[in-house]
Amino acid sequence: MSWFQRKAKGINTPTELKREAPDGLWHQCSECKQVMHTREHKNNAYTCLHCNYHDKIGSEAYFKILFDEGEYQELDSEMRSADPLEFVDTKAYPERIVTTEKKSGLKDAVRTAHGNMHGKKITISCMDFGFIGGSMGSVVGEKIARGMDHALKTKTPFLMISKSGGARMMEAGYSLMQMAKTSAKIAQLDEAKVPYISLMTDPTTGGVTASFAMLGDFNISEPGALIGFAGPRIIKETIGKDLPKGFQTAEFVQDHGFLDFIVDRKDLKDKLASLLNMIKK
Amino acid sequence: MRTLLEFEKPIAELEAKLEDMKKLASENNVDVSSAVRNLTNSIEELRKETFTNLTRWQRVQLSRHPDRPYSLDYIQMMCEEFHEIHGDRNVGDDPAIVGGFGNIDGQTVMIIGQQKGRKTKERQYRNFGMPNPEGYRKALRLMHMAEKFDIPVVTLIDTPGAFPGLEAEERGQGEAIARNIKEMMTLKVPVICVVIGEGASGGALGIGIGDRVLMMENSWYSVISPENCSTILWRSWDFKEQAADALKLTAEDMKGFGLVDGIIPEPRGGAHLDFEKAGETLKKTILSEIKTLAKQKPSDRIDARIDKFCSMGVVVE
Ligand SMILES: [Zn+2]
Repeated sequence: MSWFQRKAKGINTPTELKREAPDGLWHQCSECKQVMHTREHKNNAYTCLHCNYHDKIGSEAYFKILFDEGEYQELDSEMRSADPLEFVDTKAYPERIVTTEKKSGLKDAVRTAHGNMHGKKITISCMDFGFIGGSMGSVVGEKIARGMDHALKTKTPFLMISKSGGARMMEAGYSLMQMAKTSAKIAQLDEAKVPYISLMTDPTTGGVTASFAMLGDFNISEPGALIGFAGPRIIKETIGKDLPKGFQTAEFVQDHGFLDFIVDRKDLKDKLASLLNMIKK
Repeated sequence: MRTLLEFEKPIAELEAKLEDMKKLASENNVDVSSAVRNLTNSIEELRKETFTNLTRWQRVQLSRHPDRPYSLDYIQMMCEEFHEIHGDRNVGDDPAIVGGFGNIDGQTVMIIGQQKGRKTKERQYRNFGMPNPEGYRKALRLMHMAEKFDIPVVTLIDTPGAFPGLEAEERGQGEAIARNIKEMMTLKVPVICVVIGEGASGGALGIGIGDRVLMMENSWYSVISPENCSTILWRSWDFKEQAADALKLTAEDMKGFGLVDGIIPEPRGGAHLDFEKAGETLKKTILSEIKTLAKQKPSDRIDARIDKFCSMGVVVE
């Protein structure tokens, strides 16, 4: 790492370098614009070696980071959205689904898997923002609920990684009731004394924040993540003023008492394993 | 002074005509009884036609009718006595949610409702029925108190949404709603929730977890308002009628999907035309539901409540 940093500092024009480098070899940080090896960026859990900016990543990357040897068994991998309302806006909902499936290679906005984390069993549900903004419809609610069922059945910890714009409008009332369903399952986790960790990543807003994301035994986040109930644009419109700097960042939410801690992604696995080890029976 | 929605106007015009006719007849001492009968029949016909074929958007308009009964109106109509209890014992008292012990035909209940205001000043005071986190936390405090004294909980839902304000975020709007949803799942006493007007999204669900979730005939309940849905999906405010249709947000729709348990009928033309009758129907429904639910063991009620919400959703496997 130090070798690379020295080298990187000697580079005056990252864009030029990018042009010279073979495709995919270099990663330019979207925050500080510094350039680093793609491999090193990946080995650093997709966070910047220079400014610690946390790149937005999806379920596959989180599973690879958290499960031992990157190995896991996926649950309900074939579950897909129905169209119970026959919802049509400028486009029919099933069309949106098909387009998004093709673009993202995903079946819906959440994936659930179980495996080992430092040798201990854990179930993880992780949202994918790339699927209609990580919006919560019936599939998201049901897969999370079943993931929690798996944790209940095996009496092993459950980790939820949220990343969502909120509810999926195209499932209207059904979407709303997923907030109820997931919260009901958490009540059962409480009863069964199964640990539930909620990791809120950039961004976590709307109905997701107002249900399972805020209901962890541990509510945690990554640096700089946007976390809120209402989106910043709506709040700005409501109050008719600019929002203070840092409003709704993970640091802001922690300062106001709603996050237990913020953890760098590269330390996430070790910290969670250690924490869960302390509370295990 | 009555407020008239566009589709109420033709009926109101005929009603005014009828009044004029009666007045003229009595002043001039002429017999117009057959004309009065005809006109009365036409009014009834028109009313029937208008209100049996309401569009979803018209239902939304009725749910927001400025003359519609609000939570405190129902509380006043249903309860012989009501002791309002303020505050979340933490930050403050939220006037957008009211609550307290009430007495309905001898049955003590904890009633909690979202409250809108009728005149400009009161509307602002009630924050247009948009609760802050303190409101949800007050509601939860009262529900736990009801649980302690083994008293059923009744919630009246009527909100355009939880308040999207700066302080609301600072004080954890999302956490407050989430906690209520979870804790209401395991309340040991019977819980009955009634959408009396607007049931907008998480702001409604924050007091909306019950053994029975009912909707008044002209209320709506969904994940977003038609206007906001229109703005996001059509990128314009103008598609609110299409949005209302797409969202399928009426009592009939929601009951059809099994997302609510029942519909409470309103007087023809809407609850605002006959407070007494609307209040009486609500009161009878609440009492009969409490009677049924009281027969169950608390643990059975909780299991059934959780199972009900866990079964909601449609997926393809
Ligand atoms: Zn950087």
